[in-house]
Amino acid sequence: MGRKKVVVVGAGVVGASIARVLSQYNELDVYLLEKNADAGMGVSKANTAIIHPGHEDDPKKYPLRAKLCVKGNRLWHQWVKELGIPAKFPGELMIAVEEEDLKVAKHYLELARKNGVPGVRLVDNEELRKLEPNVNPNAAGALWAPTAGVMASPMAAPALVENAVTNGVKFLPETEVRGIKIEKGEVKGVETNRGFIDADLIINAAGLYSDKISKMAGIDYFTIRPRKGQYYVFDDDATPKVTRILHQTPTPMTKGVYVITEMNDGLMIGPTAEDLPEDAKEDTSTTKEGLDFVWEWAQKLVKELPPKNKVIRTFAGLRPEPPDGRWIIEAYDDPWGFINAAGIRSPGLTGAPAIAYYIVEELIQKKLDIKLTKKSHWNPYRRAFWFKHLPPEKQNELIQKNPSYGNVVCMCREITEGEIVDVIKRMKNMGVQTITLDGIKMRTGAMAGTCQGSYCRIRIARIIARETGIPLWEVSLKGKGTEYGIGDVKVLLRENGGDKNAE
Amino acid sequence: MQNDYDVVVIGGGPAGLAAAIKAKELGLKVLLLENRETLGGVPLQCIHPGFGLHYFKEDLTGTEFIYRFIHKFLDMGIEHYTGAHVVSIEPYSDLEKRLRVVTSKGVLDITTTTLIYATGARERHPFEIGLTGHRPAGVYTAGEAQTMMDIDGIMPGKEIVIVGSGDVGLIMARRFALEGAHVKAVIEIMPYPGGLTRNIVQCLQDFGIPLYLSHAVTRIEGTKRVEKVIVTKVDENLKPIPGTEKEIECDTVVIAAGLVPYLKVLERVGVIIDPATRGPVVNEYLETSIPGVFVAGNALVINDLVDYVVEQGELAAESAYLYVQNKGIPTKKWKKLVKGKNIRLAVPHYLSGDNDVVIYARVQKPEENVKLRFPEINKEIKLPFVKPAEMIRIKLRKEDIAKAEDKITMEVVPNE
Repeated sequence: MGRKKVVVVGAGVVGASIARVLSQYNELDVYLLEKNADAGMGVSKANTAIIHPGHEDDPKKYPLRAKLCVKGNRLWHQWVKELGIPAKFPGELMIAVEEEDLKVAKHYLELARKNGVPGVRLVDNEELRKLEPNVNPNAAGALWAPTAGVMASPMAAPALVENAVTNGVKFLPETEVRGIKIEKGEVKGVETNRGFIDADLIINAAGLYSDKISKMAGIDYFTIRPRKGQYYVFDDDATPKVTRILHQTPTPMTKGVYVITEMNDGLMIGPTAEDLPEDAKEDTSTTKEGLDFVWEWAQKLVKELPPKNKVIRTFAGLRPEPPDGRWIIEAYDDPWGFINAAGIRSPGLTGAPAIAYYIVEELIQKKLDIKLTKKSHWNPYRRAFWFKHLPPEKQNELIQKNPSYGNVVCMCREITEGEIVDVIKRMKNMGVQTITLDGIKMRTGAMAGTCQGSYCRIRIARIIARETGIPLWEVSLKGKGTEYGIGDVKVLLRENGGDKNAE
Repeated sequence: MQNDYDVVVIGGGPAGLAAAIKAKELGLKVLLLENRETLGGVPLQCIHPGFGLHYFKEDLTGTEFIYRFIHKFLDMGIEHYTGAHVVSIEPYSDLEKRLRVVTSKGVLDITTTTLIYATGARERHPFEIGLTGHRPAGVYTAGEAQTMMDIDGIMPGKEIVIVGSGDVGLIMARRFALEGAHVKAVIEIMPYPGGLTRNIVQCLQDFGIPLYLSHAVTRIEGTKRVEKVIVTKVDENLKPIPGTEKEIECDTVVIAAGLVPYLKVLERVGVIIDPATRGPVVNEYLETSIPGVFVAGNALVINDLVDYVVEQGELAAESAYLYVQNKGIPTKKWKKLVKGKNIRLAVPHYLSGDNDVVIYARVQKPEENVKLRFPEINKEIKLPFVKPAEMIRIKLRKEDIAKAEDKITMEVVPNE
């Protein structure tokens, strides 16, 4: 058989997990393609950040989702440590706001049993109030799932890719797949904006565009629709907060809004679930109606929300919704070598590590009968630290070696110049061509605090300009077409020679 | 055990520099901490005039104004760190505050008897003013755009919509026009402009820039870069009126929706905040609810004029001196300054009657031909007009304050 060249399309959390797992094997040369400037800038960037327990999917209807969510939860417990992704496991309360919602909770208790989720049980009002002091005191009860967690999800895909690259994966950002070459029923490679890349196996993890990629391989039995979710994030000093992950028993109307305290200590509420037309795959806009809906539903879960003037951000993300809600994880006989990991809607973040193992073990090794052996020197670790969490003597040691660790650039989140320079180096080593402001934000949380970058964004842009040798105005927010400025301050006077308003 | 310093000043803008200079003149052992790489704060990026009319009796640019303070500060050899970030404050006792500061020289643990908090303000950002829609490139706060143009010399964009008609928004409208950008509109949610009349004339009218009152930007469109904004008329409750939406095409949105005192580190130790100013509650010494912690400048209340900021800095330094001399502010029977009719905010919040006090206040809505009245002390001042954009600065004499029992009401009433 010899070596196999694998192209993974899409460096979101699913594609990045697949690349990381593939990098454990001797026989594979892995190329991870991403059309954006960086990993995790699509679907993976905006979600509820929850590591789900796995008791919300009916194994009859959604066998893969049910199985891989439970397994993914367990894998993340280990992966967040290996990769240095901030995470916590406070457990989750599915709240029965009204008495009749308890029936729904019981149904999910049954699913927890079927799916093998440990520790799930019903709690009454009294215990509920002990588990979550800020809960709506009139709630009838809740279903308690202790294995649920929260992670710094924007960091997930970049961290996974960084570790995958450490283990030999080649990451190719700003590389868009335009076609797939198939000969005699076997895949041969992908056409991209940067030329042709040979491949024996192509794994499609293209998120919202996985239907388009699949069509290129001649597999067109599904379309992916975007489903929008809108959120509020509060300042880290806004109270009251919650200890647990809260959401309500799903209704036919809504799967429910969550209330969590995310990893930067801010309360977060959301999402909506709005089905958009097929062509709205870039519509991550928020709407007043959507945000009002989130506010209204979140209020039912807690005693009170923090005041609205403590909101620091509203955002929306899109989930790739497959036709019948089922994840499309398949290897095909025709074309041989094409594998779909498509329509990975919720709980995709939780399921990602398990999806990756499923693809390697069940599809590549069993179904396609490709023999693989594990590397003896695979490095599972991505070393990372947060300056603000180090003890003062460690901080001093770092500053003595490199004074830029003593220069706090982002005040709200206490991120230092040293950390930003370190992140830029990591991005370059990982293969990122365009160092973006969003790339820095995803990895450090800088510009995402109380002032939303109004103080520090320019200071971070200056560091990027200095470290990459480009003019300040060319530093981009998230890749080409999103530059910080348009030129030097006299550029328009040179171009149009005067005052536009006077014309 | 001696503390390292009598007073530590946090912030090296106009309030902080003025406070440190005054404290040094009074003979205190002073340290000033500035988190930027240079001293001077926001006036450094203010290349427009209008600074120092009261303090220096001259019309200076912000940069010229602040350099006078920087030079004086440096000439006096006052100890300071730039690039210094205060991580935490521990009010250990009334006579000892402990600070942890990260600097490029290392992490410093500092003790001081008093603290002057002069950290200035942060800008309100798009998510605080209910803006919905996309989050593309091309959205800036006014201060960020000002820094880009006047410190870094780069141009944010071509076709500009400015949200907010406060002085900052007006000055940036003119700034963009001067560099050849097309300023398509200044959008103001209130039925009256937020800035000084002088600036409406000099920044908008002189440049033919349209001002839309009682309008709000409700939505930003554009996936990569801003393509347009949706603007709506608002009713008297500031709620959008359906059916009045219109689009303005632009590539740049500048948010100039006001400032908020930036006190994160101080708030963490439980300082009491006035919801109206969003700065700390203070007595006439500008002392916060934490004994020996004083506050001045935009960290106390958002000021119109840098001259007031300097005045507050100097008062905070004099108060710190009194505190050090007396080992605390002497116990007094405080009278509360109560906000009456049409007063939105007023500082300081507590007065004693032992000192003359300068009151800084803002009204809720514009009124003409009015009296500013303090009924408990029979004081009235006739004013031709009051407006929210223009801070009222008024001095109360100690003998007048002393007349009041436990409160002094400040109100605006028609002049009949």
